[in-house]
Amino acid sequence: MNHPSMTARSIELAPRSAWLSALTWLTPIFVITVQAYFIMASAPDRDMGHLQKIMYVHVPAAWNAFLAFLFVFIQSVRYLWTRDERADLWAAAGAEVGAVLTGLTLVLGSIWGRPTWGVWWTWDARLTSTAVLFLVYVGYLALRGLTDDPDRRARWSAAVGILGALNVPIVYMSVKWWRTLHQMQSTPSTVDPTYAWGLRLNAIAFMLVLIVFIAYRHRGLVAEFVLERQRDEAALARRTRP
Amino acid sequence: MASGEVLAIIGHNGSGKSTLLRIVATALRATRGSGSVWGADLVRDAVAIRGMVALLSTEPGVYGDLTALENLRFSAEMFGVDGSPRTLLSALERVGLGAEGDERARNMSSGMQRRLSIARLLLREPRVLLLDEPFNSLDPDGAALVNALIRETRDRGGSVLLVAHDVSRAAALPDRTVEMHDGVLFEHAAVWTPAPVSGRAP
Amino acid sequence: MNGASSGSAAWRRVRAVAWKDLTAERRTKANFNAVVAMAAMILLLFGFALGPDAEGLRNAAAGVLWLTILFSGVLAFNRSYQLELEAGALEQLLLYPGERWTIYIGKLLANLTFVFLMEAIALPLTGVLYHVAFPERWLAVLGVLVLGTVGFVSLGTLYAAMASRSRSREVLLPLLLFPMLVPVLIAASGATAALLVGDVMGDSSTWIRLLAVFDVIFLIGSTWAFPFVIEG
Repeated sequence: MNHPSMTARSIELAPRSAWLSALTWLTPIFVITVQAYFIMASAPDRDMGHLQKIMYVHVPAAWNAFLAFLFVFIQSVRYLWTRDERADLWAAAGAEVGAVLTGLTLVLGSIWGRPTWGVWWTWDARLTSTAVLFLVYVGYLALRGLTDDPDRRARWSAAVGILGALNVPIVYMSVKWWRTLHQMQSTPSTVDPTYAWGLRLNAIAFMLVLIVFIAYRHRGLVAEFVLERQRDEAALARRTRP
Repeated sequence: MASGEVLAIIGHNGSGKSTLLRIVATALRATRGSGSVWGADLVRDAVAIRGMVALLSTEPGVYGDLTALENLRFSAEMFGVDGSPRTLLSALERVGLGAEGDERARNMSSGMQRRLSIARLLLREPRVLLLDEPFNSLDPDGAALVNALIRETRDRGGSVLLVAHDVSRAAALPDRTVEMHDGVLFEHAAVWTPAPVSGRAP
Repeated sequence: MNGASSGSAAWRRVRAVAWKDLTAERRTKANFNAVVAMAAMILLLFGFALGPDAEGLRNAAAGVLWLTILFSGVLAFNRSYQLELEAGALEQLLLYPGERWTIYIGKLLANLTFVFLMEAIALPLTGVLYHVAFPERWLAVLGVLVLGTVGFVSLGTLYAAMASRSRSREVLLPLLLFPMLVPVLIAASGATAALLVGDVMGDSSTWIRLLAVFDVIFLIGSTWAFPFVIEG
């Protein structure tokens, strides 16, 4: 296990990598193109009409919200294994972006549901599991916000992130069974091939958005970290001056 | 520090001496640097170090709702040492709490609670004794008790590290005294090897 | 070094921590009484909210029971750590030689005892207030109670180690804990509801399996996470 001080000293805010710079302008172009194409090109769904096109944002957002949580899980494990503060900062960035995507998923799911089912919420298995995931994110971020000591914050968030991630499949299964045992209808899906491609490409587009946002948020957190460390070192240097 | 040595670190409040003590006890983890206690690394072999050291803290570290005897019994069980009533009672008697065995710690004065935490130390024979402001809130009898403890540890080859803002009550026991200002150790007011100390919870 | 890392020494530590927590709790029965009173009050409040119709209450009984257990049980966990924080006992607790997971298991056992005792009162009270007939499969109902409680208390004991030392601890513990307990609530109330009416569909076995899997995963997960969380 690494000594925490070894990695803390080596954290610096490097200039933006070429990849990130490229992605920064590539991503919006890709997202707009893909979204525009599928919104205009795909035929209106037989049952739901143009409303179905909300799925091109709702489903990719949902997939990427869960992907973000997987990222939080991996970085949390990495932090506890290596005690590298960078892993904690990546996890935090991932959680913030993931929370937003999860919120977006829920809002869009609700908006889609209103004209379709007549209600703002249907307790559908996937949507409900997403709501639980959202609350796990909120708890994670609340814990980070309420913990001032950076070392404690990192360790505690990592534990919460790991256990929360382990629970995701269990929550999904339990909600699904809860629904089927009460004989509820599940969300119908269209079999239109254009629709499937629309989802996949938009999912990739949103994944790029996820990557870019997490990368920039991570940079922001690293900058804060470096600033804090510089302040500590300056204070220490003042004291050791004879 | 050497075997059988008593070292005192004095300094004002906020000088970092308590932090240093806690780092040695493995209660805190240093933000930079490394150290070892009798060959055991502070980070990697923390569990082994805990078996070797004993810390007398400024806070008594007792459970208010438990009696003095129950507090000691808990410690004995956790240390894995003999926790028979006879042993515990003799520890209490040594610190002058023999009659308070069934008194709840919550109802004891701070001086008595401090003595109870000293009694906890008597359950073992640690290789390194770490004392944080041991003379606080102790009357002359209590101070004599601490000095006796220091003497005994030294005589059986253990080391004693004691921090205080004033060692006048230590009865000239320390073999060496160093000062600490703002996290830096100085030997007798001449600049020794500046070793900036800062720690945070492990 | 010494026998501190061997199995029996670990068990000795577990027993010591559990005994210490339970003794402290026994001395101030005020806390247990308050939690039981809370449970009774929650049962009454749900009754008021749901209306006096016997059929409606009977149908809601399993769900209300489990919500009552969760809402009142959660009050017990922070207390387990408060006694460590009062006079600086936590620092000493962490300095005892040996593995730290033994502290977790000890506290877990103490908290389990506490919550089981609370349930011993809440369960019959629910039966009375919600017009539930004594179930034929009462043994299975008890089994579900045990499984659900183990899942609840194992996560509660871990998360309270963090929440009790945070700001806003009264809110933070439920906020962190309850989303994690969604499977427990669904499975335990689902199984209990089915068993209270004889479980003709055999639904309860699915839920019981889910509870068992949940318990195993999070008992192990919490035991593993505890040392990281209890430091400093």
